[in-house]
Amino acid sequence: MTLIFACEVVLAGLLLAIATWTIVARTAFAAIVLFMVYGLLLAIVWVALSAVDVALTEAAIGGGVTSMLLMGAATRLRAPKTPVADVGLPLKIAAGLLCALVTTVLGAVVFFLPDVAPTLAPLAKDNLAASGLGNPVAAVLFVFRALDTLLEKVVLLLALVGVWSLASDEAWGGVPGLPVYARPGPILVFLAQILPPIGIIVGIYMFWAGATQPGGAFQGGTILAAVWLLTMMARLQDLPAINARWLRLLLVVGPTAFLAIGLAGFFIADSFLAYPPGIAKPLIIVVEATLTLSIGVTLALLVAGPPERLPQR
Amino acid sequence: MRLALDIITVVLVSAGGFFFMAGTIGLLRFPDTLTRLHALTKVDNLGLGLIVFGLLPQVESRLGALKLIAIWLLVQMSGAIVSQLIAQAVRRSGRQT
Amino acid sequence: MSSAALFGYCGAVLVGLGLYGLITRAEVLRKILSFNVLGSGVFLLFGVFARRGAAAGLGADPVPQALVITGIVVAFSATALAVALLVRLNKETGQIIVTPDDSEESGEQGATR
Repeated sequence: MTLIFACEVVLAGLLLAIATWTIVARTAFAAIVLFMVYGLLLAIVWVALSAVDVALTEAAIGGGVTSMLLMGAATRLRAPKTPVADVGLPLKIAAGLLCALVTTVLGAVVFFLPDVAPTLAPLAKDNLAASGLGNPVAAVLFVFRALDTLLEKVVLLLALVGVWSLASDEAWGGVPGLPVYARPGPILVFLAQILPPIGIIVGIYMFWAGATQPGGAFQGGTILAAVWLLTMMARLQDLPAINARWLRLLLVVGPTAFLAIGLAGFFIADSFLAYPPGIAKPLIIVVEATLTLSIGVTLALLVAGPPERLPQR
Repeated sequence: MRLALDIITVVLVSAGGFFFMAGTIGLLRFPDTLTRLHALTKVDNLGLGLIVFGLLPQVESRLGALKLIAIWLLVQMSGAIVSQLIAQAVRRSGRQT
Repeated sequence: MSSAALFGYCGAVLVGLGLYGLITRAEVLRKILSFNVLGSGVFLLFGVFARRGAAAGLGADPVPQALVITGIVVAFSATALAVALLVRLNKETGQIIVTPDDSEESGEQGATR
């Protein structure tokens, strides 16, 4: 047992302990804080599995934006008059048996994996040079499986439309109900003035460096969303009304550019979402840049929630 | 030369780890929120700073070293501001823990 | 046991834990949290398969990693929609749990008007 393996055993044990505590915690607030810790620990596990891009995404989206979303929801929920009745013991025992069975089957799958694992890494490595990128995960996302990424971006937009559709009829087209400070103190305002410029630089750098190093459009876009939400919560900027034209333009510019370049692939290359050799990298950079903007705005609006009041004129 | 750099790294990172442990023990054992916040500042400033300085000899490029120091400064700033916000919230709510 | 297999077993336990929380917690917010734990366990299994596919000088197979990144983003959008539904349900009925229709007239599950 090497030292690194001992550290990984400790890391896995810590991860399982935090996950168990999240499930059995008594208050929702404690469960959400523990979930945030769980997301950050999971990011370290991803680094141990040589998946740095995934670690960045997990830390940003899993440990950051999701926890913020859940915390905002937990503060907005009114507690019911009568406390919620817990499920009965027979159901708990049955569920425990079912989950033990599922865990055993999955563990057996991991145990009986073949010694030589099937892999697409040589194929990805061989075709990497033709795409002009240096990061194989970015090449898979934007060149080899570009259709998945395009559809994923559309799924984000559909989720946003679904969230907006939960507004009451009077508030349609209005301002989202993100909980903001009524009177933000000077310290919060200071943070919201210093952090966004740094956040914008880090977000753009992460998108730009994602072509050759771990990074990419999703991670950079999440940082942009986070600093925008910070300025809105400190009331340095007002929440936008959702029928603002600039907002809707920013939301659709990412998937539209992606789709347009994909359709142009019919004429200038072989097929849908194919890039002509030579100008593949500039096209991918254009797609990623517009996607970063759109993802930033979409994620921030998903956290902000459905509109709740009309904008003040 | 490599051996001297490695020894510096091990000593500084171990010292940083000691401060991390001291801060965590403080978080677990101190009676109320304000004293726990005070214990955590040792982790943010001293602990992370020693670890960052211990990792500096291992970095190949100057840009990487600047990134490590920038991470330390960002963690210090966010830690200080969040401690103030939590302490304000505790004072406003009137409770002690 | 290699490190990839260790995290594989870890992922299997996380799936079981998340499923248990999804079934046994009554409040919707806790169900959403358990669903996220379940999803991250599945992603961890994907990451184990990616790590075992290390070849051609790369540390891991990039295709499952790209699928996991896509999965994390899609799981977040599903969580956002679920949370928005929960907040709206709470605003309309005051409940934080979901009850089947035939037990609403009992009125004891914490409904307020």
